[in-house]
Amino acid sequence: MNNKSMDHARILVVLPHPDDEAYFVSGTLAMYIAAGAEVTYACLTLGEMGRNMGVPLIANRTTLPAIRQAELEASCKAIGIQDLRMLGFHDKMIEFEDPALLDQRMESLVKELAPSLVITFYPGYSVHPDHDATGAAVIRTMARLPAAERPVVHSVAFSNGHQQRIGAADAVIDVTPFITVKINSILAHRTQFQEDKVLGSLKPTDAAIRSKYGTERFWTYRFPECKEQPEEAALCCN
Amino acid sequence: MQLIQPQAIQTRIDDFVSEDLYIHLELTNGAYASHFDSSRAPGSVFISNAEIRYTNGSISGTGPYRVGLKTEKGWIYAEGLTHVDEQDNERLILAGHDSMGKLIVALQLSRSPF
Ligand SMILES: [Zn+2]
Repeated sequence: MNNKSMDHARILVVLPHPDDEAYFVSGTLAMYIAAGAEVTYACLTLGEMGRNMGVPLIANRTTLPAIRQAELEASCKAIGIQDLRMLGFHDKMIEFEDPALLDQRMESLVKELAPSLVITFYPGYSVHPDHDATGAAVIRTMARLPAAERPVVHSVAFSNGHQQRIGAADAVIDVTPFITVKINSILAHRTQFQEDKVLGSLKPTDAAIRSKYGTERFWTYRFPECKEQPEEAALCCN
Repeated sequence: MQLIQPQAIQTRIDDFVSEDLYIHLELTNGAYASHFDSSRAPGSVFISNAEIRYTNGSISGTGPYRVGLKTEKGWIYAEGLTHVDEQDNERLILAGHDSMGKLIVALQLSRSPF
């Protein structure tokens, strides 16, 4: 495993659901933050259509948004994320949102923050329609930027058989030094993850937990190079 | 959330008869159903804040429970209801959960939008 260079000072994370950050990127973010990075997390929804309401039940469809917002804030605090933006879109509905509205929200974040690294889902390989639609909005927005101004995009993929289509991840991060942060981030989402299921009787630092949760994988998104493929310019440049 | 006591729910249903109401009605087996088990077909629907009015309604079964509401031109139906938000006295919040605690069905009525 190779931890990529940690020279990203400003990172923008764009994911649709509270808990996406915990499971997929919390260890990596903790690593960057420990190295001095400023992280903005744009979370599109409050996960208010989730099916998990806690064990025992502590929520219902009506009370879930406020409960999950508090969980999201606790997770960000555990990771050390300095800037959480809740964008207020409706859970499950991202794929039906006006693409122009989504793109405009993405563009204004990128213009404001000028991140050197953007982390999102890999469109088409992220299982949940909200994941794919969120990744697609980020990729569309990035594709419109001149290549010289475009941040690096690290995308998360986990659909069945994704490796046959997009190969192996090229940024494989060993997050075991931050495993306790990651577990705390996951457990902050207490309606979604119960401690007995995540840890059993183990501690975060035990070998079985380190091996199960200790690696985060990213695919560097390859944007088509417009200059060399003029016939595709209309698709990828504007 | 508490387990449904059907007599109490019947009283709440009767209280809403002939009133202008907002309904949230939902059925889901989850966005990850076919990711984890390819033999499971995904299926879910919801409608939120539709305006309705019913002339009579009732809860039936021995648990999980069914609720049927007769509207002026049709019906509203939900099966699999197990729990109620006992702390919400303004709105009727009914839900059905599976043995893992995951939501399967929700039927919610309110005089103001959710
Ligand atoms: Zn998600």
